Amino acid sequence: MKQYSNIISAYAIMLGLIILVGFLQSWSMALSILCFCLISAVMTMGANIQWGYAGLINFGIMGYTALGGLAAVLVSVPPVKEAWQVGGLKIVICALIITSIVFIVRFILNKYKKSSNRNYIIALVIIVGIIFIRLISGPAIHLIEAVNPATTGFLGGMGLPILFSWIVGAFFAGALAYVIGKIALGLRADYLAIATLLISEIVIAVIKHEDWLTRGVKNVIGLKRPVPYEIELQTTQWFINLVEKFNQGALNLVIDLLEREQLLKQLVIDGSTVFVKLCYAGLFSIVVIILLIVTQKALYSPWGRMMRAIRDNDEAANAMGKNVVKQHLLIFVLGSAVVGIAGAMMVTYDGLFTPGSYRPMRYTFLIWVMVIVGGSGNNFGAILGGFAVWFLWIEAAPASLFLINLFTSGLEETNALRLHLINTIPYFRLLVMGIALLLVMRYRPKGILPEKIKHI
Amino acid sequence: MDFINSIVLLLNYIFVPALSYGSQLALGAIFVSLIYGILRFAYFTAGDLMSFGTMFTILFTWYFQSLGINLGVLPTALLAIPFGVIITILYVLAKDKLVFSYYRTKKSPPVMLAMVSIGTMFVTQAIVRIVIGPFDRRFFDGEKFILKANEFKEMTGLNEGLTIKSTQVITLLVTIIVVSILFWFLNKTKTGKSMRAYSDNEDLALLSGIDPKKVVMITWVIAAILATIGGTLYGLDKSFKPFTYFNNMLPIFAAAIVGGIGNPFGAFLGGYVIAFSEILITYAYKKFFIYILPESLEPDGLLQLLSTDYKFAVSFSILVIVLLFRPSGIFKGKII
Repeated sequence: MKQYSNIISAYAIMLGLIILVGFLQSWSMALSILCFCLISAVMTMGANIQWGYAGLINFGIMGYTALGGLAAVLVSVPPVKEAWQVGGLKIVICALIITSIVFIVRFILNKYKKSSNRNYIIALVIIVGIIFIRLISGPAIHLIEAVNPATTGFLGGMGLPILFSWIVGAFFAGALAYVIGKIALGLRADYLAIATLLISEIVIAVIKHEDWLTRGVKNVIGLKRPVPYEIELQTTQWFINLVEKFNQGALNLVIDLLEREQLLKQLVIDGSTVFVKLCYAGLFSIVVIILLIVTQKALYSPWGRMMRAIRDNDEAANAMGKNVVKQHLLIFVLGSAVVGIAGAMMVTYDGLFTPGSYRPMRYTFLIWVMVIVGGSGNNFGAILGGFAVWFLWIEAAPASLFLINLFTSGLEETNALRLHLINTIPYFRLLVMGIALLLVMRYRPKGILPEKIKHI
Repeated sequence: MDFINSIVLLLNYIFVPALSYGSQLALGAIFVSLIYGILRFAYFTAGDLMSFGTMFTILFTWYFQSLGINLGVLPTALLAIPFGVIITILYVLAKDKLVFSYYRTKKSPPVMLAMVSIGTMFVTQAIVRIVIGPFDRRFFDGEKFILKANEFKEMTGLNEGLTIKSTQVITLLVTIIVVSILFWFLNKTKTGKSMRAYSDNEDLALLSGIDPKKVVMITWVIAAILATIGGTLYGLDKSFKPFTYFNNMLPIFAAAIVGGIGNPFGAFLGGYVIAFSEILITYAYKKFFIYILPESLEPDGLLQLLSTDYKFAVSFSILVIVLLFRPSGIFKGKII
């Protein structure tokens, strides 16, 4: 029991903080922090699987997140029939060409021995393939993007419920991770970090500029939700009754009927946003709990022991007959798939897909801060890191506003320094993050909740 | 005549811009490479250190401008660079003392140091944004063009103009001066030689009485100088925006690795490799072929290999290819 007391108290503090936000700021704010905490927790679990279990550095988290988001779009948006008619066939042909290139390259790789000639042939195949693809797809893309560009201008998706995208996102991210892993996993640790960072930038560039697939920087808005809409809730009788029941005390205080009506209306409007966010929080919690159970099981299984052995000494593990390369690839794919789920969850929550907003600071480095601060190798630590760091990230701005007001209270309202500081408040969160990371790395290098290895 | 026109076209749109962009990248890549060689970790603060140095140069430029000091046809920023350099040196040395030295004496693995440099990246980025804000700033003054397109056309009677901005020439000249001093320092002076020895084999270097503290300090000083100069040149040529500088970290890393990380001369060339390939692959060659080919063969399309949106993607793809086939970079040579 003692070993869990740390975990329980840490989580209790975290929950207390979120509830405090509910009382001090607003419940809607507290719940949206909670939702993003849960999403961040999924991301950190993904990164933790790679870094904590296997010691692989993946700085490409942004890329997988974006792919998860793309999955949400491709699954939930209804197909644009016109666009399919004008250019669908050619796009399908291009997809076939790409698959055939892959198969030809694989065939060459298996059939012939390593030589510079082989490299030239592979390069030739790829270049010829790309030229064909450009010739075929060019006009098709032009036509697709011309279909009603203000609202569609892309192929659309499958029109399925958006919840499916959480699984599809995992597959997308896993597939990308397989390719990257095949290319880059042989590199040394810091090379791998740089290579994955750069590859994720390429992924973002593609998502941003291939308008026929993703609408690019024109964004996709109004994705369907898995939970009810606020507007609908406000006119639903059972929901109004529920709100009435909850606020019986406050309502009974008001005697005037008209005033009572108005108060109820306001309460229903407030209640509907809270209810929607509660639904999301419930859905996200289910995902977090399932992942937590699975990852905990994996961590303490023979497989988890093998992964730790590989992480701590891959040569020894190799000598014991464990296939290090294969296991690294497997864990790279699994971790990235988990990040892909988080990406799809985030787009589901936001209801919109904005490729321009994927930036490495927010989606790669911040997640790494979460993993390091929380405690790498420990799933509870990773989740806690996601919660704590996201909370800090959001609340750093109001907190620094408070501090600035405190320290500059001697100055006049219109003092230039004071105004300048207040204008730059959003950037204090970067400072807070950096200092938090540096302090944790210095004084608690294993994180808030360090890894505990059960010895049998 | 058409042939000369086509050459001028390439000069104007590819060669001159790529040369100046490449120089700016090269300065960054050299110091990333040096830090990797001597301190042995990937320094993720690279882009933000450049913006830090540039920011102070800009602040001093504004100060000089308010005093009415300027360099006539040259940008005032050139006068402000030394002051920016001094502050950046103080900053990196303080950072080393407070943050990095602890891990160095503990002999932490390189990955740990790279993570720490992410922490300092957050802090540096925050400082820059808090002091100067996240917006686009132009701080160029003085004569803008050395050669204008119209003048060139009148002078030579060609159809194509050649524009040379003064910032491009300044970039090139400053780079040549700085890089030659640096390589003279690394190859000829005693301190430079001891740095190379330290990078080659730390234990052996320590055994022969090289002072590691001095080597590390000089490395940081060189890094600060190169970062400030490179950043200021980039800002003069284009404009100063913290986010762009952060993004520049990526092609800088690409250049350093392509040139063989830990090898400053390779990194220097790597900068140009990256810059030229980015511009060569994303340039639309239609006009060029119109000049060169007979009329019957004139092309219809833009003849662009990749759209300019994928500029960054090009350098990263090169990096990936290099990593796959020559993990030690194109220019192996001597490892400093």
